[in-house]
Amino acid sequence: MLDALTVALGAAALALAAWCGFAALRDQPTKDWHFIGMGVVTLLALAQLVVGVVELARGGKPDEGTVIFVAYLVGAFAAVPAAGLLSLSERTKWGSVTVAAGALVLAVLEVRLYDIWGTPGA
Amino acid sequence: MPDTTTAAPGGRKRLVSGPGLLLVWLYGVMVVGALSRSAYQISTEFDRAPLAYSLSGAAALVYAFITYSLVRGGETARRAALFCCAAELAGVLAVGTWTLVRPEAFPDATVWSDFGMGYLFIPVILPITGMLWLRAKR
Repeated sequence: MLDALTVALGAAALALAAWCGFAALRDQPTKDWHFIGMGVVTLLALAQLVVGVVELARGGKPDEGTVIFVAYLVGAFAAVPAAGLLSLSERTKWGSVTVAAGALVLAVLEVRLYDIWGTPGA
Repeated sequence: MPDTTTAAPGGRKRLVSGPGLLLVWLYGVMVVGALSRSAYQISTEFDRAPLAYSLSGAAALVYAFITYSLVRGGETARRAALFCCAAELAGVLAVGTWTLVRPEAFPDATVWSDFGMGYLFIPVILPITGMLWLRAKR
């Protein structure tokens, strides 16, 4: 469940990065549709945070430690909304570039989360 | 502090606009990354690699100060951020070289190990773009 969410979030983050990067290439700021996309990615990240905490409560042990695992879950949840809020104050293509960078950061965090959680039962 | 010659009427010179926004975002990410990493490592396993973890902590403080200066804006903050970017670049180059020449001094990696390779080389790219941006805002 958690691994599936991690992979899905990584893919969604890359898609969001490409989408906002495309908007930046066309010299456009982030628009309503982009914010809906950010909302979807943020909801996925929230689901991942909840599932991750539930897994911990059920006795799951992340390979690299609980503190690091939770820190990365929170960071992954915060990355895209933070970049989205910044882009609200910058109504040029640079707002789109920033959201694209935020989504790339999320994708990197997902790769790390995959390692941190490790293989279940191993 | 009298800053009327350079500041726009009614406020300090904005440093967070256009490319500056991306810069602030990346610095913010580095603050969170370096600060949480060094806080965790210093509090749990400081004895394993005191030098590496102290350097990560110092890097986090530099990043935090630059982020604050960029957000604050104004000529004084611009100069302070410019100075810190130069110090940051010197730090990345010095620590990056140090970790390659004397790897045995570093049982664990720092934020600036191998010129920031673990962070997609952002630590070495960021101060250079930062200095270019801050010079352009003069």
